[in-house]
Amino acid sequence: MMNIRAEVKKLSFFYGPKQVLKEISMPVYENKMTALIGPSGCGKTTLLRCFNRMHDLYATANYQGEIILQPGNRNILGKDIDPMEVRMRIGMVFQKPNPFPKTIFENVAYGLKVRGVRKKSFIEERVVKSLQQAGLWNEVKDRLNSHATNMSGGQQQRLCIARALATEPEILLLDEPTSALDPISTAHIEELITELKKEITILMVTHNLHQAARTADFTAYMYLGELIEFGNTDQIFTTPNDTRTENYITGRFG
Amino acid sequence: MMNGVQDPLLRNIRQRKMVDFIFTLAGLMSLLFALLTLLALVLDLAVTGVPRLSLDFFMNFPSRFPEKAGILSAWVGSLCIMLTTSLCAIPLGVAAGIYLEEYAPKNWMTQLIELNIVNLAGIPSITFGLMALGIFVYKLGLGQSILTAGLTLGLLVLPIIIVTTRESVRAIPNSIREASYAVGASKWQTIRYHILPYSSGGILTGVIISLSRAIGETAPLITIGALTFVAFLPTSPVTSDFPFISFQWLKDPFTVLPIQMFNWLSRPQPEFHVNAAATGIVLLLMTLLLNGVAIYIRYRFRQKMKW
Repeated sequence: MMNIRAEVKKLSFFYGPKQVLKEISMPVYENKMTALIGPSGCGKTTLLRCFNRMHDLYATANYQGEIILQPGNRNILGKDIDPMEVRMRIGMVFQKPNPFPKTIFENVAYGLKVRGVRKKSFIEERVVKSLQQAGLWNEVKDRLNSHATNMSGGQQQRLCIARALATEPEILLLDEPTSALDPISTAHIEELITELKKEITILMVTHNLHQAARTADFTAYMYLGELIEFGNTDQIFTTPNDTRTENYITGRFG
Repeated sequence: MMNGVQDPLLRNIRQRKMVDFIFTLAGLMSLLFALLTLLALVLDLAVTGVPRLSLDFFMNFPSRFPEKAGILSAWVGSLCIMLTTSLCAIPLGVAAGIYLEEYAPKNWMTQLIELNIVNLAGIPSITFGLMALGIFVYKLGLGQSILTAGLTLGLLVLPIIIVTTRESVRAIPNSIREASYAVGASKWQTIRYHILPYSSGGILTGVIISLSRAIGETAPLITIGALTFVAFLPTSPVTSDFPFISFQWLKDPFTVLPIQMFNWLSRPQPEFHVNAAATGIVLLLMTLLLNGVAIYIRYRFRQKMKW
């Protein structure tokens, strides 16, 4: 029995007059990993950023349709919900590692700090736990007060994952989290994701088909702003229903 | 056969390299000319003024005897005015710059305001003096005081502070803002914990550079009625009576270093010209010091901020 954690319903998205997403509908299942694949410019990152209202930071964005978050049955694109609430419930890791130029500890504790958490022991506990979950604890436990920008790219990205995990989000959004990393760091982060999805719902954009096949439970194929096909990863990669999906998966274009 | 093909090619290259060389030479000459002129000026100032620099020169009021005259009231006045200027221009300028960059909607109104701020930075300073005379001195009745002078110079450097604040805020990559918002931070938290600390190096540099401009300003202060002969100090900010702090000094008349210098220069006796040169050196050193601090701060922050 799989629970739906979020459901996209007829979502269209506009940048000014330009329509970037066209009536997308798909479920996001609880404690599963869903991958968004498709060629560059197909709108997968745009769709991902709808989930935590990142588009609201830029004036010309315009949503139509709904994303219903469960439990609570709330439309996170609705006018009655504050984008800050959405972002507090749904965490995000970006394509390029973007740690703050502060210490490792401060980076991970930041989400708790902005929530007004003051209790030191609680913050320390959470920082340790998040760094462990992000597979970074053993490398940084002796230098929590050193600058985050001195770490390697792979370490920085895991730090960003730890920063997102520290506030225990309901859904974790990953935007091509390994595209800027070397194969070893990538393997590290994939392992991590496989481990994390036991406890948390993950939605990931990836450019790398093999990565989707390796790590995702469900896969959505997007093309030119449309959702072409959504299904079980095995099914999408072995017996796609749509020829466009098949052409992309088999490398005929893209 | 080969030479026939090569020769025009070589000649062409030689010609173009010649032009390169001529331009390099011309550039170097212009640079040397500018530097040498400056060097000559500074050297002349130093030769005339340095022997006059002594503790007495700093601790004496102006006097009609050139060898007894000093710049006590002038440097204290300059200091008090710089303090007033900083206190009014820095918070206003930084807040305005952050508002324009982070809050203001990007529309024609904002663009118009931005354009005007840039233009304000280029307005002749004496215009600010005239405006201050009309508003601060007459309309608001602040008198020909340190407060009026500080406010006038504050207005004068405000555009510079706004522009540098905006530039250093804009230099922060959007990925940092997104990272902050993504964990649920509010706008103010993003500004308070990231935008302000990461841009403070650039802002501070701008502030110091604008102060080093303000410290040499003469025209607007003469316009609002600065005195040229001040043989007293502003009221002490600390008093023996409750509440022990007094702001009376803001209401006092003043003079500043460049005005003192101008005053001495316009006298016929050559002994006073020596005093003027010595004052010039002090002014020059203060500006150099401020700029040096600005460069140091910029260097330190560049080291710390990596994205």
